[in-house]
Amino acid sequence: METKIEPKVDPVVPNTSGRTKLHDVKGDPRRKAKLKSILTYTAFVGPALIFFFVIQIIPFLMGIYYSFTSWNGVSSAIEWVGLDNYKRIFTNDEVFFNSFMFTTKFMFAAVIISNLIGFGLALLLNAALKTKNILRTVFFIPNVIGGLLLGFIWQFIFVRGFASVGELTGLSFFKLPWLGDETTAFWGIVIVFAWQISGYMMIIYIAALQGVDNSLLEAARIDGANNFTLITKIIIPLILPAFTICFFLTIAMAFKIFDLNLSLTGGGPFNSTQSVAINIYQEAFQNNRYGLGTAKAIIFFVVVAIFTTFQVMATKKREVEA
Amino acid sequence: MDQKYTKRTFVLEIIGILIAIIFLIPFYFVIINSVKSFSEILIDAAALPTEILFSNYAKVWEIIQFPRAFWNSLIITVLSNIGIVVISSMAAWKMVRTPGKFSKILFVIIVSAMVIPFQTVMIPLMKLGGALNLINSIPGIVIMYFGFGVPLSLFLYHGFVKTVPLEIEEAARIDGCSQFGVFWRIVFPLLKPITVTVVILNTLWIWNDYLLPLLVLQTAELRTIPLATSSFFAQYTKQWDMGLAALMLGIAPIIIFFLFLQRHIIKGIAAGSVK
Repeated sequence: METKIEPKVDPVVPNTSGRTKLHDVKGDPRRKAKLKSILTYTAFVGPALIFFFVIQIIPFLMGIYYSFTSWNGVSSAIEWVGLDNYKRIFTNDEVFFNSFMFTTKFMFAAVIISNLIGFGLALLLNAALKTKNILRTVFFIPNVIGGLLLGFIWQFIFVRGFASVGELTGLSFFKLPWLGDETTAFWGIVIVFAWQISGYMMIIYIAALQGVDNSLLEAARIDGANNFTLITKIIIPLILPAFTICFFLTIAMAFKIFDLNLSLTGGGPFNSTQSVAINIYQEAFQNNRYGLGTAKAIIFFVVVAIFTTFQVMATKKREVEA
Repeated sequence: MDQKYTKRTFVLEIIGILIAIIFLIPFYFVIINSVKSFSEILIDAAALPTEILFSNYAKVWEIIQFPRAFWNSLIITVLSNIGIVVISSMAAWKMVRTPGKFSKILFVIIVSAMVIPFQTVMIPLMKLGGALNLINSIPGIVIMYFGFGVPLSLFLYHGFVKTVPLEIEEAARIDGCSQFGVFWRIVFPLLKPITVTVVILNTLWIWNDYLLPLLVLQTAELRTIPLATSSFFAQYTKQWDMGLAALMLGIAPIIIFFLFLQRHIIKGIAAGSVK
């Protein structure tokens, strides 16, 4: 793949082809060509690079600096406080610690459940169903709605919808105080997240399943393999790359949860469902502690980076074995 | 070759349809209650409305200034998409066609940035945005989306360009076409499948984004749909009759967009993630 052309030998240097002036012979055309290739490289790559650096990299570096200051966002005098912010976060910030615990627990529950549902739906829709295309569309719809509006929709369903269904059916599941209790609020967010994401995961798993050779499955079936061994021993090993991608995506999405969380529970009851992203937002823009907020954001970045790298490495390794 | 339609398939079909109905129940609740009166919602949220009221919609349309919010969302999404597609396709092509250490390092830096959570850059970005006059302006937020959109889009284009055969480009070059000519007239049309994917992924993200517009667009006239809906909820907490009408207005445009293009969207998502 990497052995492509050498643009330095640009075919477009017939510039003065026929009548080269004498003083040009000193290797000037070559230099000119080199300069030209640098200029075109800059013209093509430069715009993307500038926006990317100004919007992401510079603020990222500024963030590292601010995390060592007591900046409040307003005053122009920014005071250097060394590791104070970090010390304070690690020793004396229970709310932040709890938000990390919530986010981690949520991530595990959400990743497992939404991938189970997504993979299950993919297996189902890989059969020769007549309604296959309609069902795919239906399962994918929740994905096109933003987390904020989804949270509001489900707030209504948990508060009023479930109550009505509970009265109608008498099932105690629907009569739980869904958003008013710490445990049920946690599972409430997991349910909504899974409802939103599993259709997306389903699409990725379906794409992978379509690459599985049917004759392989038939051979195994003739050898007496039942559905369970077929799935665990043949299908899953064959489509491990899809699992890598789905786990990566769901871990990243679950870890950064903000909109859905904000509109569904607002972090309540008693901050029990406050995600790290909400905690950072409030620290900076409601408490006006920008220095402390950026320090938290840097810690958040490190944790997300470690988690996702570790996960990709772990599943990649298994892919090679398979 | 094709599997036969057996009894087992029929059972699976029924199961699939049942799950689909469960998936759609939340929409049932939103739709039927958005045309009920407030007291009727409180009596029984699951029942069908006795009388269909469109007054909720009329009121909300006015209060959240729906046409304006819709226009803001639309213009931001369209402009951001155009910019992201132009800059990342050009960069990706040139980087693939200029192999070497520099391109490789650049690519790794840009792609690794996908791991940076928005919360990590948002605080300094607001300061920088203030200094660069990007706050409270639609061009300002569009420029920010350019920056945030580059990593994923460039990554997708980069993977796709590798599959584009080089011969046509070389032939065009020999015929005297400039680099820009080669890219825009020959390569870019070949990139169409991945451009569709890039546009879909970016549209779903930008249209639904909440936090960046919340921080950047502070005046009411610049509000996008998610902002307008949320500020409506903040003012009329638990006014479910109007709240649900607002939600319906909020989700309708993107659902219509999806239903029209669902084939391409589902294909595009699959292509974008399997790459």
